[in-house]
Amino acid sequence: MSPAAVSPTGIRFDDIEKRYGGLYALRRVSLEIAAGECVVLAGRNGSGKTTLLRIAAQLVRPSTGQVTFPGTSRDTAANGASEQRPRATAYVAHATMVYDELTAEENLLLFARLVGVPARRERVDALLADVGLAERRDSLVRTFSRGMRQRIAIARALLREPSVLLLDEPATGLDVQGTAWLAETLRRLRDAGCTMLMSLHGETEISSLASRGVRLDAGSVVADTRRGASFASILKFADAS
Amino acid sequence: MSVLSNTTALLGKELRTEFRSRELLTTTVVFILIVMVLFSFTFDPTVGESRRFGPGLLWLAFLFASSLMLQPCFLRELNNDTLSALRLSVSDPFAIFLAKLAANTLFLLLTELLLLPIFAILYNIPVLAVFGQLVLVFFLGSLGVATAGTALSAISAQARMRELMLPLLLLPLLTPVLVASTEVTAGLLDRQPFVQWKGVGFLAVFDVVFLTALWIFGEYLLEE
Repeated sequence: MSPAAVSPTGIRFDDIEKRYGGLYALRRVSLEIAAGECVVLAGRNGSGKTTLLRIAAQLVRPSTGQVTFPGTSRDTAANGASEQRPRATAYVAHATMVYDELTAEENLLLFARLVGVPARRERVDALLADVGLAERRDSLVRTFSRGMRQRIAIARALLREPSVLLLDEPATGLDVQGTAWLAETLRRLRDAGCTMLMSLHGETEISSLASRGVRLDAGSVVADTRRGASFASILKFADAS
Repeated sequence: MSVLSNTTALLGKELRTEFRSRELLTTTVVFILIVMVLFSFTFDPTVGESRRFGPGLLWLAFLFASSLMLQPCFLRELNNDTLSALRLSVSDPFAIFLAKLAANTLFLLLTELLLLPIFAILYNIPVLAVFGQLVLVFFLGSLGVATAGTALSAISAQARMRELMLPLLLLPLLTPVLVASTEVTAGLLDRQPFVQWKGVGFLAVFDVVFLTALWIFGEYLLEE
């Protein structure tokens, strides 16, 4: 399945803070991710990676600051601004975000219908074959292993050709073949111009796709570097946590 | 995608998952049945007493059962973070509420209609002559319960002590619905049945007000 070229969309975080009561999850994070760029977020557990991704997905409203998507006229702000992310934003969370009581096919058909995928049955058939679950299409997701659920979660995110893809530890539960498949899929998306922001632990096939690494610590950006010697150290630091 | 199209897709999902597991319907039917049977055996009411207290008992049982039914409505969406998936997918978050409250209204109405004949037998009250009017009251009352209940279920799902929160918020808020539904039902189950249009009007207004509030403020209830 070869993704079509997508319209370029970047992500810009301006002075983002997120507080839960007195606890700061993010402190004055400003980042600009160019359209088509693939960026790895690294950092210890609790450093703010998931919060930043959820703010980018507009599932969480920042306490202050705003997220904008250059290339579109839509943005989100802490108070009052327009609230729409680009429609072709996809998010793979740490949780699978699929229904246990529906079959693999029913899950994908439901979300395909919600997001308005044209020719959804064909698209779902192709994705099920792509993730290697065509033969289990009629099985309830609750009978799946963690890795199989993760494949369905990734398939759900790819129902539309995303122009922005947000991934929170996307290889969780995947076996070696699954990780290789995911890396290949992401490579094709990146080459088609998809902007990617993903949180990862350690150097993997998937992190090798990134051209830039950003390290968070206690909610602040403490390193932001292009691929090179220091790039590897960002991931290693996270891995050691 | 339009709100209607999203709502239809989500309602299909709600019905499919419920009819596959039958968790909510079974629990609710059994609960109401137990209340009706226990009350009947404990007080052994005469026909006159049944006509007087039966409607109140019926609606109290519906109300308590609805709090059982509404509790998992949004809690189930938190298990795999499917609520986030829905928020990312729908064009308007109101579709999520609309599908859930339609499903809840349908489940509640189905339960009420299933148990109405048992109520009629246990309390010796004929209901066939006013069946159509009773369905109208059940529908308006259930819609009110489901609309307010779905909104509160979304709030309580993200709160601490969520299991206690819903009934604590729901029961006082639904007191007007309980009173109006009971009065209209009592009129219909009277020896000389009559429709209390004032009560019907109140239920209709309650439903419209809460639906409008949900449409305007629903999005904020889903935020983390």
